[in-house]
Amino acid sequence: MTEPQPPRRGSQATRVTILLVAVLALGSIGAGAVFVAADRSARRDQAQPGGPSVAPGAVRLDAPAAGRQLVFRNMAWGPHHDEVVSVPADHPDGVRTASGLQCLRFHAAAGTGVCLQAERGALQDTYRAVVLDDRLHELRHFPVAGIPTRARVSPSGRLAAWTVFVSGDSYAGTDFSTRTSIVDTRDWNLQDNLETFAVIKDGHPYQAHDVNIWGVTFADDGTFYATLATAGQTYLVRGDLAARTLTTLHQNVECPSLSPDGTRIAYKKRVAGADADAPWRLYVLDLATMTETATAEQRSIDDQAVWSDRSTLVYALPGDFGADLWTVPADGGGTATRLLDAAVAPAFLG
Amino acid sequence: MYLADRRGTTAPASAAAAPGTRPGRRAAAVPGTVLALGAVSLITDVSSEMVSAVLPLYLLTGLGLSPLGFGVLDGLNNGVGALVRLAGGHLADRGRSGHKTVAAVGYGLSALCKPLLLLAHTVPLIGAVIAVDRTGKGLRTAPRDAMISLATEPEHRGRAFGVHRAMDTAGALLGPLVAFAVLRLAGGPLLADGGEKGGYDAVFAVSGCVAALGVLVLLLFVPGRQRGERAPSPAPASLRDAVALLRLPALRRLTVCAVLLGLTTVSDSFLYLLLQRRLGLSAQWFPLLPLGTAAAFLLLAVPLGALADRIGRRRLFLAGHGLLLLAYGLLLGPVSGDAVAVCVLLLHGAFYASTDGVLAAAAADAVPEGQRGAGLALVGTGQALARFACSLAFGAAWSAAGGTTALAWSAGALALCVAGAAYVLREPRDPSEVPS
Repeated sequence: MTEPQPPRRGSQATRVTILLVAVLALGSIGAGAVFVAADRSARRDQAQPGGPSVAPGAVRLDAPAAGRQLVFRNMAWGPHHDEVVSVPADHPDGVRTASGLQCLRFHAAAGTGVCLQAERGALQDTYRAVVLDDRLHELRHFPVAGIPTRARVSPSGRLAAWTVFVSGDSYAGTDFSTRTSIVDTRDWNLQDNLETFAVIKDGHPYQAHDVNIWGVTFADDGTFYATLATAGQTYLVRGDLAARTLTTLHQNVECPSLSPDGTRIAYKKRVAGADADAPWRLYVLDLATMTETATAEQRSIDDQAVWSDRSTLVYALPGDFGADLWTVPADGGGTATRLLDAAVAPAFLG
Repeated sequence: MYLADRRGTTAPASAAAAPGTRPGRRAAAVPGTVLALGAVSLITDVSSEMVSAVLPLYLLTGLGLSPLGFGVLDGLNNGVGALVRLAGGHLADRGRSGHKTVAAVGYGLSALCKPLLLLAHTVPLIGAVIAVDRTGKGLRTAPRDAMISLATEPEHRGRAFGVHRAMDTAGALLGPLVAFAVLRLAGGPLLADGGEKGGYDAVFAVSGCVAALGVLVLLLFVPGRQRGERAPSPAPASLRDAVALLRLPALRRLTVCAVLLGLTTVSDSFLYLLLQRRLGLSAQWFPLLPLGTAAAFLLLAVPLGALADRIGRRRLFLAGHGLLLLAYGLLLGPVSGDAVAVCVLLLHGAFYASTDGVLAAAAADAVPEGQRGAGLALVGTGQALARFACSLAFGAAWSAAGGTTALAWSAGALALCVAGAAYVLREPRDPSEVPS
């Protein structure tokens, strides 16, 4: 049996030498790239000059004696970055009280909190949803299938919902999906995957393999709204927990957020003619008339807004330190103004 | 270690390659060229799966591409990749060192794309980079398989392809782990957490370095002309000759069967979706399902490739689809639970192990050496396009009748196609070859 001919003139030793040199050179480039990135991220542990002041303390999720509170994930660099912090709602620029609890996404209402956090593993990070009591103590946690993106608690504090991205594993290509779950904190009954609910689209039962659900917002402890995507289109759906149904109401709605009086939905609308890199605008939908109102915010937003009162929206936009919180009137008037630097995932309590 | 004393094949990557090979007397049948190509595939898959592991999140959170955009991108790229594969196989048959040259261009194109991801920050640019990356993958597949087949004695081809596929899969399994390690070392939080792009840039940079290493191993350690490869004929094969390959009865039969069976092979993502729904798996297991298939494929590729050499490649190819049918049956059956899920993944991996490399080995038997690249490309492209058509049809059937019914229809169609393929592929001189 004949051996394959050597590919080129030149000895085995020469080729091995070339390879070793290349391994060294390429290895140095790779190591350099990692080092540069590590150096940049290490700076996050140092508080930046002029940044918000943060002090450790107790954060509470029930009606606090100190008045209305704004609770959110602190993005400011320093020892308390990524921790859930609180500030008085009427002095958002005040000292941030840091709870010591790190969350990627957070929401709270009526003494119940939900915190989506990462657990660092040896081979992969895993993620979990933690349901918290009014003093941020863990009541129960649930493993989740991917990277957290949205979290909500119902107005009564009884239900908690979360959405994660499921993607990014070997052979998955750029296939992508979301998983949305709802848990009842009274009996810990978990709806693991809302995609198993029956879908009623335009009045008819509907099924498809590509149904994705994300961004739950609660009306009460039996009804919620969310985004349903299928066949390249997004819909606002109303969900019925008892009947396990999702009913489409309106097209082109992502990340809905129900107003405190339950009459309007703030949402991300994909607008025609927008840059593919910045496709969304912040809109408000009147549920009684199904009329859409564009807000004065002209930039593309990628967040599930919250209502700070009956007529004002708060949402995150990319900022110097990850994200800043902005605010705009819900009626289409006024202008967008910056509420807070270096903050994301806000909830108003009290 | 074993690999070090084989002339012409020593590669530092051999340490990493070891999981896919079995050092010892067995490997004596696996030529150095195949191990070198296996090492190239392993290294390249580490590089490309590193990117695949972080790309969806990068697109989504870094660039604000909605989940809806991905399917379109994927479908387009798969179609283009299948057609490019035909061109790659055809070009590779022309001229001296053709296979190696075309493969090197294919690997090189994909390697170039990784650093380009550092510069491309808009959706159209990223889309273009991904398309070029897939073009490279399409170009290199047929010449690479042709080189494997030409370097190996016909009676050992099943095992040789098994070794290559095992090494390839090992790389695919390692890639996401390397990406994770880079992100961890880079220390930054994920983009979805409001983190910086820095960690992702490090992943792309390291991926580019790894891909460049793969190309270098190809250039240095894969022979330019295979043992069986003849000097180019005065009149190189034309494109018409490549299509005329279908006049070869054996190749035509094999292509028809690959297409028929491809039309009833439900895509991985559908299978995993049904697996989760039908068996009531907790959502947290979903990301691990592809790893189960890949692990089974990795473990079984070599033994099943060797089995193909003993009992016949076409027979094992058919039997592999029988395993897939069993997996469908388990999914449709009344029993649920984690044990059933493990069995389905094992069968799914065994299906790949007994069909993927085995089909290439069977196709190599049916094509003359001078047109090996074009012949392999023809069978592979036929299968890929058929599977793509199956995905579209399955999606439509799901919408019309639900996932379970769609799977039941697919199972019925697969059973029919296996029977039909068994008839078409029967050995005229030995009727006992027809699997029941």
